[in-house]
Amino acid sequence: MVPSNGTPYPVSQRPVNLVWKGIIMVDNTSHTQGEPDGPRRDFLLVSTSTLGAAGVVMAAWPFIHSINPAKDVLALASTEVDLSSVEEGMAITVMWRGKPVFIRHRTVDEIAAAVGVNQDDLRDPQVDTDRVQRSEWLITVGVCTHLGCIPSGQNLGDARGDFGGWYCPCHGSHYDTSGRIRKGPAPFNLTIPPYAFTTDTTIVIG
Amino acid sequence: MKRTKSNNRIIQWIDVRLPVFSYADHNVIAYPTPKNLSYWWNYGSIAGVILMIMIVTGIFLAMNYQPHTDVAFASVERIVRDVNYGWLLRYLHSNGASMFFLVVYIHMFRGIYYGSYKAPREILWMAGVTIYVVMMATAFMGYVLPWGQMSFWGATVITNLFSAIPYIGDYIVTWVWGGYSIDAPTINRFFVWHYLLPAVILGLVIVHLWALHVHKSSNPLGIDIKTPQDMMPFHPFYTIKDLYGLGLFMIVFMYFVFFQPNFFGEPDNYIPANPMVTPPHIVPEWYFLPFYAILRAIPDKLGGVIVMFSGVLILYVLPWLDTSRVRSATFRPIYKQLFWLFVADCLLLGWLGGKPAEGIYTYLSWGATAYYFGFFMILMPLVGKYEKPKKLPNSIFEEVSKQCRAKED
Repeated sequence: MVPSNGTPYPVSQRPVNLVWKGIIMVDNTSHTQGEPDGPRRDFLLVSTSTLGAAGVVMAAWPFIHSINPAKDVLALASTEVDLSSVEEGMAITVMWRGKPVFIRHRTVDEIAAAVGVNQDDLRDPQVDTDRVQRSEWLITVGVCTHLGCIPSGQNLGDARGDFGGWYCPCHGSHYDTSGRIRKGPAPFNLTIPPYAFTTDTTIVIG
Repeated sequence: MKRTKSNNRIIQWIDVRLPVFSYADHNVIAYPTPKNLSYWWNYGSIAGVILMIMIVTGIFLAMNYQPHTDVAFASVERIVRDVNYGWLLRYLHSNGASMFFLVVYIHMFRGIYYGSYKAPREILWMAGVTIYVVMMATAFMGYVLPWGQMSFWGATVITNLFSAIPYIGDYIVTWVWGGYSIDAPTINRFFVWHYLLPAVILGLVIVHLWALHVHKSSNPLGIDIKTPQDMMPFHPFYTIKDLYGLGLFMIVFMYFVFFQPNFFGEPDNYIPANPMVTPPHIVPEWYFLPFYAILRAIPDKLGGVIVMFSGVLILYVLPWLDTSRVRSATFRPIYKQLFWLFVADCLLLGWLGGKPAEGIYTYLSWGATAYYFGFFMILMPLVGKYEKPKKLPNSIFEEVSKQCRAKED
């Protein structure tokens, strides 16, 4: 805001809001309002600067986008799983997008326990049928919704918490046989990933 | 205490504590600049912009690059094929290297033509030569990283230059490699240096600009600034001139990035590195070709290496080899012709560096190398002493006014 001759303007003399052909311009920074083409120069300055700034913003996008997931990462974003060898009462863990996915072949008792819960007892109310496509298969992302640890309960003999589902050892969150949060600090139920049964015994996650 | 010219209280408050505003005013806005700078004075700022482009693209490339022999080549291909806009980052970076050298070479030739290195700007020039030397090291190591055939064999040839050192040469080469050949330790350390050295260049650029701002820019007339009438504030006159020149330059740069991204590259570098097979025709990147020609012109291993490095290092003593007190070649009729012959000689050396070292090319290389060194070591001192320069103008202002009047008539 210093004119080219180096002399500062007193505040009172600084020209503002010049109008040229209906376009309102900001401060006449180059002190040219006395010259016949002063407003024209201001118009050029403002429009050039705007275009330049827009160009810089557009040039920034390739850089920002380059650290988003790359195409090979996206290509690995779905995982096919064969369920035929998973017996009732067993659970397997598969990797999907770098995270564990819990697949549990639930027993009749476990399904009954999950269905029979009073919704008022739930922190994140959701009925069991909304969380499964086929009631014997519970498929959830195995990441605690508190701070991202992996809850235990997949293997026989693991601590499964007070509700027979999963128990997160980091901060003590208990999940039930529908993967819903029942006790502890986690705010939400275990996430259900997008998946589809391609055959009776095969699913594609993602 | 009030140092800034601004009336804004916040700006004043900050400026008293951290004088960024008065510093910017002093060095960029009201910074006094000779009135008569031509477009040959654009290349310094363009080089600065390319350095920033190289650093930024380099940082984002490094986020996806893997410096390991097994995956380096594939990781670069992955950047081009899979990473979002990775092709753009890579080609900005690889063509940016060529553009950086192109611009720096023009900048250096301008310095030699207009005697920009003469007193009191010797250290300014030497800082510039140091930037150039570090640039060459950085570019060489960057070229190794894609791990193609040219990367590997270029690295082999260049690092083997050190084996010419008597007695300890072989140990030094092993030390540089971190093994008995160019291998995983080499690419890893080259990546580290390649990432580090731009920071060194940035520091040297600050030294370069610091020295520049002590005595200000030289100018096409090569005479000192005497009165305020000889000067203009940098902003807006040279900011806009620099930006305009930058715009033109970017058109050239972007032409290569978007339409000829592999123009400066070697097809052989798209073959993954193979330590068992040397490509039939090894050439360095174009910006090293003149020195490569000098290396091959000398029929002795140690001698060739010494002469080639001397070709770069001789630039350091240019301020003392040039004995003329007149800066600008405009007023030096003989030197001017020798200068253009020198430019032609450098281009000839560059062309010869890309040719096989046999037959007529060998003889031409001898002649071109002789003129390269003869220009610096014999012609510069002698011509400076015996040439009769033309009469220098009294002042920049007088000369600029004369040209203005001539234009009006």
